[in-house]
Amino acid sequence: MKLTELHIGKIGRIRSVADSPFKEKLQEMGCIPGSLIKPILKAPLGDPIAYELEEYTLSMRKNEAETIEIRPLDPIFAT
Amino acid sequence: MSDNKKIKIVLAGNPNCGKSSLFNSLTGLKQKITNVPGTTIENKVGRFAIEDSFIDLIDTPGTYSFNPKSLDEKEAVKVFFEDPLPDAILYVADAANLKRNLFYFSQLAQHGIPMVLALTMLDIADFKGFEIDIDRLEKELGIRIYKVNARTGDGIAELKKALGQDQFAPHYAFGSKEDHTHESHFVSINKLLNKTTTLKSKRELVSNKIDAWATHPILGYLMFLVVLLVIFQSVFSLAAYPMDWIENGFSLLSEWLSAVLPDGWLKKLVINGLVAGVAGVVVFVPQIAILFFFMGLLEDTGYMARVSFIMDKMLRGLGLSGKSVVPLLSGAACAIPAIMSTRNIENWKDRLITIMVTPLMSCSARLPVYTLLISMAIPSDQYVGIVSVQALLMLGMYVLGTAAALVAAVVFKWIIRHDVPSYFIMELPVYHVPRWGNIWINMWQKSRSFVTEAGKVILVVSVVLWFLASYGPKTDQTFSIQESEKLVESYAGHFGKTLEPAILPIGFNWKIGISLITSFAAREVFVGTMSTIYSVGDEDNFEQIRDKMRKDTLANGKPVYSLGVVLSLMVFYAFAMQCMGTLAVVYKETKSWKWPVIQFVYMTSLAYLGSWITFNLFG
Repeated sequence: MKLTELHIGKIGRIRSVADSPFKEKLQEMGCIPGSLIKPILKAPLGDPIAYELEEYTLSMRKNEAETIEIRPLDPIFAT
Repeated sequence: MSDNKKIKIVLAGNPNCGKSSLFNSLTGLKQKITNVPGTTIENKVGRFAIEDSFIDLIDTPGTYSFNPKSLDEKEAVKVFFEDPLPDAILYVADAANLKRNLFYFSQLAQHGIPMVLALTMLDIADFKGFEIDIDRLEKELGIRIYKVNARTGDGIAELKKALGQDQFAPHYAFGSKEDHTHESHFVSINKLLNKTTTLKSKRELVSNKIDAWATHPILGYLMFLVVLLVIFQSVFSLAAYPMDWIENGFSLLSEWLSAVLPDGWLKKLVINGLVAGVAGVVVFVPQIAILFFFMGLLEDTGYMARVSFIMDKMLRGLGLSGKSVVPLLSGAACAIPAIMSTRNIENWKDRLITIMVTPLMSCSARLPVYTLLISMAIPSDQYVGIVSVQALLMLGMYVLGTAAALVAAVVFKWIIRHDVPSYFIMELPVYHVPRWGNIWINMWQKSRSFVTEAGKVILVVSVVLWFLASYGPKTDQTFSIQESEKLVESYAGHFGKTLEPAILPIGFNWKIGISLITSFAAREVFVGTMSTIYSVGDEDNFEQIRDKMRKDTLANGKPVYSLGVVLSLMVFYAFAMQCMGTLAVVYKETKSWKWPVIQFVYMTSLAYLGSWITFNLFG
């Protein structure tokens, strides 16, 4: 599923990052297959969203988050 | 080891890793800003002696990778290849966020330059329950690691000592020989960290609790608004005192100079050209310094990133991004440092639009012009409820400037073609108690770069304008009686008259035309020129200038400065590009004359159009 589909507070593991002009930037910031990611905070207008990525907080826009494929850690409660 | 060995060390690391604190604590105030040849970047170099070596420590802007995205990052990377090549890299890593911090490290490690690793934020790592086996990590990497705390000074002496000695190139293999993708580097880092770190417990940081407030849909914006009010209130009320001292100081200096210098053109050049020009720059330093103090405070504590976070969606639709907030706000003090602060915007189009519209924000040079004109247009005892109409009009000018900047941004968004989509991938750093040392040094350096960058241009333009306003085509005017007549007969006066047919439709006569020309160095010169034209000795005496201006009448007996003309003038000053310093900085930052020319043309056209509409509505 896409990272944008993960609910606030739920943890996912990154599976892949799709090609895009900002793919490299996402990777440098630590969006690498295997990394744990958790949406924690929505900006007042619902976008961008802040994520806990391993050890720090990363914010990105929805269209950037959409390029990240994740697997929810707990499939039953993830959505 | 030879005597007085010189060692060149480059300081590198991610943004928000505590690099500036460490740099300041290692070098103290002995920092020099140098220009990297062929770039716009100013590098901070600090020198200190340790045992028998001199160490030149070169700071670089915080960077996430060796494949830089923003201009700041691109410049950071150049330092590693500059001649003479660095003897070592001092890499600063946030211990609480080691995985991402080690990525840039892993890229630098490939280049075979000796490295020393300094770990910061160990207290936060400890709080998070993150344990690092330093000995093991040193062995794996093959380099020395030092734990430092810039706030308490722990570990600084040891680190200094270590920098004077031989360092080692890391031998840990990040990625494989064939495969140096980002992914393979992270795989190596994960392996390394699995061997050397353990997560004992997981505790939530206070940061996340603050964020619930700072980014709250209502309270978040309210908080930002309060912060803005506090900043602007402080900028204007606190700066008033030092500005008075500076003005008094310069008038004393002029008096003294006029007493000691022999009469002649040189005396006039020094007093009316040079001293007046320098005073015009220095008088803005208090406002700019105070604004940068607050901007530094907001950035250092981490709050500014939250402002970008909550503002991004709104600004995006306008062709800007959350990262445009800092330049736009700084523009309320002075567009010059504001434009320099756009360097951390990665996307060229976002950055360009921010640069193009920032000068529409009402800067502090417009304030004296507004103050004079508002006092002409509105009696000071007029109130709506308890709010003075004068204050409302002043607020209106700020709103007008901001609105114009946002509208202009939308227009540029449609015009400027750029294929690379904008993105907003940004770290929200952990909140920090302000690190005052960093904030002071940042404020000092930014103010100084304003004085040197803007100062040079404003000074030259002031001298040229002084010449134009003091000399004219008639050569026999040395015994001219009145200063005001001299101005009328000067080149500037002639320009003003030539300009009159063009500016009559917006309500301006040739006297205003002269002021428009003279205020091209800096807008506030308008007030000084008016005081000369109307022969008011003391240019700080707003009431006197205002009264003389009010008495000026047209041929038909109506006052020159009708409400329509005054409002039209205010709109003109809000929009027109009358700042050589800004144009020079835009040229420097965009590396082309195209953008300053476009900026000049569009802002002046906007000013003309705005004034025409205003004049016809109220005239």
